[in-house]
Amino acid sequence: MRREGSPWSGLWAVVSKEAADHLTSARMRFLEVLVGLAAIGAVYAATQTIRQTVGSDPFLFLTLFTTAKDPLPSFVSFLGFLVPLAAIALGFDAINTEHSRRTLSRIVAQPVYRDAVLMGKFLAALLTLGILLAVLWLVVIGLGLIFLGLPPSGEEIARAFAFWAATLFYGGVWLALSMMFSVLFRQPATSALAALAIWLFFSFFWPIIAELAAQSMVPDGAPGFIAQAYLATYEPVFARIAPNYLFGETTLALLNPATRALGPLFLSQLQGALLGAPIPFGQSVLLIWPHLTGLVAGTILLFTIAYVAFQRQEIRA
Amino acid sequence: MTEPVIEANGLTKRYRTRIAVDHIDLAIEEGEVFGLLGPNGAGKTTTILMIMGLTDVSAGTVRVLGLDPARQPLAVKRHIGYMPDSVGFYDTLTARENLAYTGRLAGLERTRIERRSEEVLARVGLGAVVGQKVRTFSRGMRQRLGLADALLRSPRIVILDEPTSGLDPQATQDFLELIRALKQEGITIILSSHMLDKVQAICDRVALFNDGRIALCGTVTDLGRQVLGGGHQILVEARGGRIEQTLAAIPGIIRVRREGDRGYVLEAESDIRPVVAATVAQAGGELLSLGIRQASLESVYTRYFEEAAHAA
Repeated sequence: MRREGSPWSGLWAVVSKEAADHLTSARMRFLEVLVGLAAIGAVYAATQTIRQTVGSDPFLFLTLFTTAKDPLPSFVSFLGFLVPLAAIALGFDAINTEHSRRTLSRIVAQPVYRDAVLMGKFLAALLTLGILLAVLWLVVIGLGLIFLGLPPSGEEIARAFAFWAATLFYGGVWLALSMMFSVLFRQPATSALAALAIWLFFSFFWPIIAELAAQSMVPDGAPGFIAQAYLATYEPVFARIAPNYLFGETTLALLNPATRALGPLFLSQLQGALLGAPIPFGQSVLLIWPHLTGLVAGTILLFTIAYVAFQRQEIRA
Repeated sequence: MTEPVIEANGLTKRYRTRIAVDHIDLAIEEGEVFGLLGPNGAGKTTTILMIMGLTDVSAGTVRVLGLDPARQPLAVKRHIGYMPDSVGFYDTLTARENLAYTGRLAGLERTRIERRSEEVLARVGLGAVVGQKVRTFSRGMRQRLGLADALLRSPRIVILDEPTSGLDPQATQDFLELIRALKQEGITIILSSHMLDKVQAICDRVALFNDGRIALCGTVTDLGRQVLGGGHQILVEARGGRIEQTLAAIPGIIRVRREGDRGYVLEAESDIRPVVAATVAQAGGELLSLGIRQASLESVYTRYFEEAAHAA
């Protein structure tokens, strides 16, 4: 059965309304402060370290993002932690509060499809997250200019920009996840808890499970070096199911141009390579292309589940 | 006669374990006020959702202005203004902003939204509070805002689900007055309610729902005649003489019942109050009062289900 009319009609009305809501909400203020503090702290600590070791690195600016100084983690690990939190905060009550506020039946009675409602909410949250990250990115670059007194090169800007985009993709997965729960659970608290549980699971438990799973792949009685090879091959395979791991590898490849591979290599593959020499930007992107594809695929999968569930829901007042 | 605005044939909605709406037939004409009445859970809201294309139809067909709500939902919804049961708004937005969002969703132009929202808000008596946050609104104000929201797109059909539930008597009266005014403009109005007596005054025709079926459908007077028999109940208060026998002997009286100390209820085929007055006087009785009881939906409904229960 074909339905008539465009699924996009009304999309921009939803996007602009939701984005305006997000940008003016108290929740957003809270996130801004949290993320701003993290950025300033991490960059300040990084510049302290960099000043002491300044000299040889041609990609000095990128080390701003990746350098950690005890007790502060690097900016990248801050993001790996905070972006899921921000994305969950933006999405966990997207649909269920419309139910409990009893506004949803009024919205779907308008000449729009539910597609526009769900998609609009997703895009608005993604836009908000993008703005938040862009501001953060500019703050880091600006602080770097002040503290280091060096302008970034063109390639550094390109890599940093790709990093911004990758972070947004990473946020998209968590956003789709929390929106899916907002469709599946009627209580916002349940949906937030479910999303946070998954986030904790992937941050803390999945690495352990991946390691155990990789160990189980090692054949019985294999000699030590063979076992090592099995572990090195299979551990990333399992670990890459977690979006955090994908994000970690992505930032590694983008922000550390000397990264040539994200897994075990044969010695023969290293023949003729200048170890520690940076590879071109395009090659780094090629290296993480599967990761980005994986993140986008995960987003689409979760969004589809949310979409199907939302279409089947009966919206009574 | 023109084609009905809304037409349903054998419309059925099945949920996994139960049938919510069971083969109902409806034909609602342009410009009439049609009441879907019945207790909670009788299938009124489900019927409305199917008319709007908001839920799938299990069997049967429904057409709105000749369109199929399942296939052309956008076209159908463009013609319908809907006020859901216990309507909700975005509390942090003002009345005007809430309507503006509805208007943008409907794809109206900005100038049209501004003009129309001023119009409809003034019309429902919220002209003075357009800039106030909805958070501060009372139940009655929200309900009126809901009506304004339904009217924003200048629809041909307005569907109101339980528009008077939770309102105090005065607010209910005001709200019904608003609906009556809409009828003057030729807008087709469908309203559902479980408060039979409140809405009977404004409905041209009603459908009484029970357990997913339409038990009775027609004008209130028709239903009264159909179910209550005689259709006219004449109330007499009199004393002296052999009033009861005298009254029972009047041609056209079906039954005489005592009600209270000196009161009698006469079920009559037509309004024969003058004859009753003359008869009482001739018989030497003293007539204290004489009145007629309008057939009320409440009594129609109660009587109908009493009979249905007896028959079962």
